[in-house]
Amino acid sequence: MIPELGHFALILALAVAAVQGSLPTIGAARRSDALMAVAGPAAVAQFLLVGIAFLSLMHAYVVSDFTVANVVENSHSAKPMLYKITGVWGNHEGSMVLWILMLAGFGAVVALFGHSLPATLKARALAVQAWIAAGFLAFTVFTSNPFLRVFPPPADGNDLNPLLQDPGLAFHPPMLYAGYVGFSMAFSFAIAGLIEGRVDAAWARWVRPWALAAWIFLTAGVALGSWWAYYELGWGGWWFWDPVENVSFMPWLLGTALLHSAIVVEKRDTLKVWTVLLAILTFSFSLIGTFVVRSGVLTSVHAFATDPERGIFILALLFVAIGGSLVLFAIRAPLLRPGGFFAPVSREGGLALNNLLLVTATVTVFLGTMYPLFLEAVGGGKVSVGPPFYNATFVPLMTPLVAIIAVGPFLQWKRADLAGVAERMKVVAIATLVVGLAVAYVTEGGPVLAVLAMGLAAWLIVGALVEWAGRIKLFRAPLRDSLARAADLPRAAHGMTLAHAGLGVAIAGMIASTAWKVEEIRVMRPGETVDVGGYTYRFDGVRSVEGPNYSADRGTFSVTTNGRTVAVLEPERRLYLVQRRETTEAAIHTTGFADLYAVVGQSDDKGGWTVRLYHQPGIPWIWAGAALMVIGGAFSLSDRRLWVGAPIQRLKPTPAIT
Amino acid sequence: MRFAFLFFLLLTALPATAAIEPGERLADPALEMRARTLFKEVRCLVCQSESIDTSNADLARDLRILVRERLKAGDTDQEALDYLVARYGDYVLLRPPLKLETVLLWFGPFLALFLGAGAVLYFARRERDNPDRAAAPLSAEERARLAQLVERELRS
Repeated sequence: MIPELGHFALILALAVAAVQGSLPTIGAARRSDALMAVAGPAAVAQFLLVGIAFLSLMHAYVVSDFTVANVVENSHSAKPMLYKITGVWGNHEGSMVLWILMLAGFGAVVALFGHSLPATLKARALAVQAWIAAGFLAFTVFTSNPFLRVFPPPADGNDLNPLLQDPGLAFHPPMLYAGYVGFSMAFSFAIAGLIEGRVDAAWARWVRPWALAAWIFLTAGVALGSWWAYYELGWGGWWFWDPVENVSFMPWLLGTALLHSAIVVEKRDTLKVWTVLLAILTFSFSLIGTFVVRSGVLTSVHAFATDPERGIFILALLFVAIGGSLVLFAIRAPLLRPGGFFAPVSREGGLALNNLLLVTATVTVFLGTMYPLFLEAVGGGKVSVGPPFYNATFVPLMTPLVAIIAVGPFLQWKRADLAGVAERMKVVAIATLVVGLAVAYVTEGGPVLAVLAMGLAAWLIVGALVEWAGRIKLFRAPLRDSLARAADLPRAAHGMTLAHAGLGVAIAGMIASTAWKVEEIRVMRPGETVDVGGYTYRFDGVRSVEGPNYSADRGTFSVTTNGRTVAVLEPERRLYLVQRRETTEAAIHTTGFADLYAVVGQSDDKGGWTVRLYHQPGIPWIWAGAALMVIGGAFSLSDRRLWVGAPIQRLKPTPAIT
Repeated sequence: MRFAFLFFLLLTALPATAAIEPGERLADPALEMRARTLFKEVRCLVCQSESIDTSNADLARDLRILVRERLKAGDTDQEALDYLVARYGDYVLLRPPLKLETVLLWFGPFLALFLGAGAVLYFARRERDNPDRAAAPLSAEERARLAQLVERELRS
């Protein structure tokens, strides 16, 4: 009964979305308040209905209702409760419902809290949001229904893929989806702005919080996925340039560009046409990210044909959404009035360069991801595009971007004084040099490129901090004054410092882990010791342990350095009993500078075990850096002024004209 | 989207024996180092975009042993890779070779950069030379005041 309720709610939500998409649009065109007023309640109703559907599905998972096909395929009665719940979105159909739930949720937020929005803009933005929802709901209801029943019901389910039974991966999809869906809001405002023929600073004020919120979620989602790969795949890599990673990375790159260009629209009322295009592209890539992976087209063009119904639906949806919005853009963009002019060397110029490089980076990732498919489709043979390609293209293209991130915030709006900026950045350059030399000294020469790259990361971190210190006159005014100034700074300024410095920290970690990783793979017998990266690992043997739905071999390593015990590492090799599938659970101890990483492999049946020990410098910084970026974004977002809509009236009252 | 990747893992069974095994390594550390560098360039053909350096698949292991044998037999790095390409085609290389078909792939990013930079310059110039911007039209009031001033000037 409950699954039918969910199914019915989903269909009803589709009907509501159709109403929400059509009536307010007509209302906005005819200036009919009554029709426009439909949008708000419809958005809330749609959210409640999708919520009912989602909870119904979750209920089926929680009580292990094996009359529902989706539960049979992805759950098992012995599965821990956490993974019963997260299993709801650990499959295609359920993840679609989660996606729609978030979409409807964001729409409801705009409906409930968007009082200060102009009525027509609000009605149109909610209508666009409903068009997207209608597309997704139709896709789910007609091709991916999670509520299908099976008869006769099996005694138990097939269990969730054990790799998904993991906290990192349990929360990775919701984060990513919140990011993708957040960009849908920026997209809806862009389309609404195009229809209105009006994009101005107030518009940017509305778009920026959504872009920022989406960016925060996407950053967290990508980092979470990377973290999962790092500890779960068992060899300590954290980024693979895998197509499914790339499709989540592209919206991140474009979203980052959008975030920055929206600032220019807000502050200087220029780059408007570009920002609208960027909003459309960012969400288009989010759609591609959601769908292209789902369709299986990434593994091979031929996989697309295995489920043609879904495939064709996806293609049609992408075509309408992306093609339609680009056509609208081409027709309406010339109506948008251009804004203020700026000199090449200015804050705006710096942000334009930021956008140019980020878009180029996106093109690079896009080419690398799609080219093999494209080539195969036109009969040009099969090629592979892997990390060596990206190292040769993406990395050199991004290096100048990292260098200018530190400079950008020092530039004034409109026209910057380059000599003055250089003067202020002298400290940064000196600090960079010191760090570079220190790294070279500590690593005893080290690879030259890695040392230079560490210098670049230091340039970014120190640059962000010096800019912040300059704003609050740290060390140049009494400390009390500096603190008062810091309290007066807009939160966005603190947020920028945190996010830029965080990126620098993460980059430092990426470089360190690539350049100075130490690996030891060998067969060890209990009692043997081995030195890795200055730490001594004593292997204490392997014992069998039982988990709720798996049995495992658990190895024990006692790690010491200079006679001091550092940690006891207990990696596991699990066998999940239902699916007969093995997973490795790496044991990781972090020192703050490096991770000590241990994996236990197979027994050689002669008393020895294959073990893999890694010393991974810098890895903790990657996660710390990502966390700083998320915190910086959240801090910036917490600024209430972002949410008020119109700029706050704190300016001096305009003197009366005499 | 990493989790979607796992659905593909479902299709290609994943044994938990991870990557390089101790037994397969070469005795000569210099040669083994060269082999490891090469592994990062070679795709595990049955995996979803994974190099043979990290893959657990049996085929990856076979390819690793093959590469090591070629190096031991005195092949240069390039010869070892050529040998693999002769057997498995370009698909085996994670760094696609520069050919007519891959020109767009390799130069696309730089082309995009130049086109993008060109577009930025074009629009910046157009904006700068935009006559609307250089002089905003005067309001009626301003025009009247201007006319008044000019008239006074002429009269004096």
